[in-house]
Amino acid sequence: MDSDIVLSLRNLVKRYPGVLALDHVSLDFRKGEVHALLGENGAGKSTLVKVVGGAIEPDSGVIRVNGREFTRMNPHLARSLGIEVIHQEFNLVPPLSVAENIFLGDKVGGRRLVDFKVMRERAVALFQQFNIAIDPDKPVRELSPAQQRLVEIAKAVSKNVRILIMDEPSAPLSVSEVEHMFEIIQRLKQNGVTVIYISHRLEEVFRISDRVSVMRDGRYVATRPTADTNRKELISLMVGRELTEQYPAGTGAPSDVALEIRHLSGNGVRDISFYVRKGEILGLSGLVGAGRTELAMVIFGAAPAEGGEIWVDGKRVTINSPADAIRHGIGLLPEDRKGQGLFLEMGVKWNICFPIVRRISRRGLVDTKAEQEIAAKYKARLDIRTPSLEQRVKNLSGGNQQKVVLAKALAAQSDILIFDEPTKGIDVGTKQEIYKLMRELADNGIAIIMISSDMQELLGMSDRIVVLCEGAFAGEVHREQFSQNYILDLASGTH
Amino acid sequence: MAKVQPFARNIYRSATDFARKYAPLLILTGLVLLFTFISPNFMTVKNLTLMLRQVSFATISAVGIMFVMISGAIDLSIGSQIVFTNIVTAILMVRYHVHPALAILVCLTMGTFLGTMNGVLSVKLQIHPLIITLGTATIYKGLGYIVANGKNIIGLPESFKVFGQGYVGPVPIPVIIMAVVALIGNFVLTRTYFGRYVFAMGGNPEAARLAGVNINKMRVITFAICGFASGITSVLLLSRVFSGQVFTGQGVEFDCLTAALLGGVSFVGGEGTIFGLITGVLIIGVLNNAMQLAGLPDFYQNVVKGTVLLVAVGFDVYQKRRKAKETIARVSS
Repeated sequence: MDSDIVLSLRNLVKRYPGVLALDHVSLDFRKGEVHALLGENGAGKSTLVKVVGGAIEPDSGVIRVNGREFTRMNPHLARSLGIEVIHQEFNLVPPLSVAENIFLGDKVGGRRLVDFKVMRERAVALFQQFNIAIDPDKPVRELSPAQQRLVEIAKAVSKNVRILIMDEPSAPLSVSEVEHMFEIIQRLKQNGVTVIYISHRLEEVFRISDRVSVMRDGRYVATRPTADTNRKELISLMVGRELTEQYPAGTGAPSDVALEIRHLSGNGVRDISFYVRKGEILGLSGLVGAGRTELAMVIFGAAPAEGGEIWVDGKRVTINSPADAIRHGIGLLPEDRKGQGLFLEMGVKWNICFPIVRRISRRGLVDTKAEQEIAAKYKARLDIRTPSLEQRVKNLSGGNQQKVVLAKALAAQSDILIFDEPTKGIDVGTKQEIYKLMRELADNGIAIIMISSDMQELLGMSDRIVVLCEGAFAGEVHREQFSQNYILDLASGTH
Repeated sequence: MAKVQPFARNIYRSATDFARKYAPLLILTGLVLLFTFISPNFMTVKNLTLMLRQVSFATISAVGIMFVMISGAIDLSIGSQIVFTNIVTAILMVRYHVHPALAILVCLTMGTFLGTMNGVLSVKLQIHPLIITLGTATIYKGLGYIVANGKNIIGLPESFKVFGQGYVGPVPIPVIIMAVVALIGNFVLTRTYFGRYVFAMGGNPEAARLAGVNINKMRVITFAICGFASGITSVLLLSRVFSGQVFTGQGVEFDCLTAALLGGVSFVGGEGTIFGLITGVLIIGVLNNAMQLAGLPDFYQNVVKGTVLLVAVGFDVYQKRRKAKETIARVSS
């Protein structure tokens, strides 16, 4: 047996009603390696993490940590073995200070009372070690998402972590912030810490990991040294088939201008002008905080404009509320699907028809027949996988939830669609479907604005890209000039 | 064996699902059976009719508060609204000899106005409706006391008696009005786009806003509906008590809240049915009635009512949490 294997999983099984979440999964993790875990939504990654972290108990199988065998974990035991999990969602206490959060649950200083001075010093020492510039006295709620993530990593390190599990840690981070996180991961690795890295972003996997394991439908599929594999192989391992073309090409015949904004300001963006034509996908690029979502909110009437003009189909329009925008044929698919796009407790049909429920009402009464027809139509057209139209949206997968959001916008017969991070947190297979749908919509004459932080997606899907930097217009790039470096230069204001 | 197990589990799950969905109804049935068994005076037409009339007043307000609760807000001022409108309506009829029909119209308009004020203040001040209505409750009640000036207003016209005390055949008029209000409420909530908007703004206000719903306008309208419903309750109570008293209606909001929560209306919005509400109302009604029959003093009744509320809501929340855990585990695997 390999002596440098710190964590070994043997034949783990976890069954939920109707689903085999883990199907005899066996996996080994070596000391001091960054081991990426890949898989579509529902592949079993999160369940695996929860089993190792002690959040849930497996039905059978063995977890071997440093040669000691366990049939189940609990959070306390996991921590005492040096296992720390950083979850997708933040697990900090917002009103407490950074230092207090890091040492939460630990005894620092005196026997009964907390010694804040010692705590502060330790936090400073920890931050110095990893080159983190955060004031330890600041309340966590005042930190940016990136800073909060760094605090979570520091917190894990302070617990003498030996095995660090990170579940989609880069989701809220910008490119430069991800770089910083990678530096920290490198340093942890040098200290012999094993990092299990779960991400949907393949670039990150190639950038940081030593080995990569793929899961599919609750089963272990394969492990490869990262250096010996490529994007294509990993994707086909994840979806179980070869994906021929990643980004569907357009017919390349955009016609009239559908939406034009002139010198638009407000909600933190200023003096932005661009246009998008029917049949065109306009990418909107920029770093986190560049004001892309903020701009979308102004166009959609969800945040007040302070100046400038919006033109739809060659006519100047006034948009003071989302209702105005919808009336002018503008649809928004918000970044935060669950928080802004969906009514999770309500059914698929209810959600799809909500924006038009007034339109399909006669004398206030909802026409349930029309509602049924419209919902069924978009369920079929977008291939929304749900057992019934009454199914609560919260029980659907992320990809299918996104399709419901799309169906909402389509049912409202929007001519201009703003997609804000359309594939965030969505598995590879469904991503392909969404790309195809977006291209189909464009080919049918719809004008699309796509906000994305995924550079591959942006370059692959867009016909043109507008770059924002710190709330201002930074440049417009045409297809023939597309290059990652050029766009990043514009976005970071170095051009 | 391997085949039997999932089958048995399915039966168990559908049984618990059923119990969760119909928990209030099961409790009600249990109580009715229990009291029928214990007290021979309980299961009589006369007693049940009385019981229905007793709950009818609060139920009408409860339908109003349900719109507010489903929209994600709360109204603690219902009782105080009734105190105020009650006194004013009584004074109009007694001192100024206003025709009862006109006085009723004034009462309903005034209730609607007081509710509207709650909504407008919530929207303008951007303070949680709990605090807004706690404030207006104190104001409305204070105004009622000022107008009453320490007196009971007696000498209402005889023709006004019918609303709270009259019968159509064997059925008391307040019960009929309650049924009509509940049916209309149910219709609006389940069949109209307006009802959808109410559920939407309670379930996810931001998503509702982005879907084009004017949240502020809806907030004012739902409070206005609640005020209107309380106006109806006020008219009926005035007619039933048959004198204007500042104690009429006080604390009704807590009966309404208890009934709504017992009936599965969510405290944070987005959920609730009239059917559940009526079940909740009847649970309270049956408990009150049976304890009165048993001659239990008021204080004990309060303890029992409070306990039933905690048990019922606690059971519901426990079930939901368990269900949520299962779903999360299943979806995020």
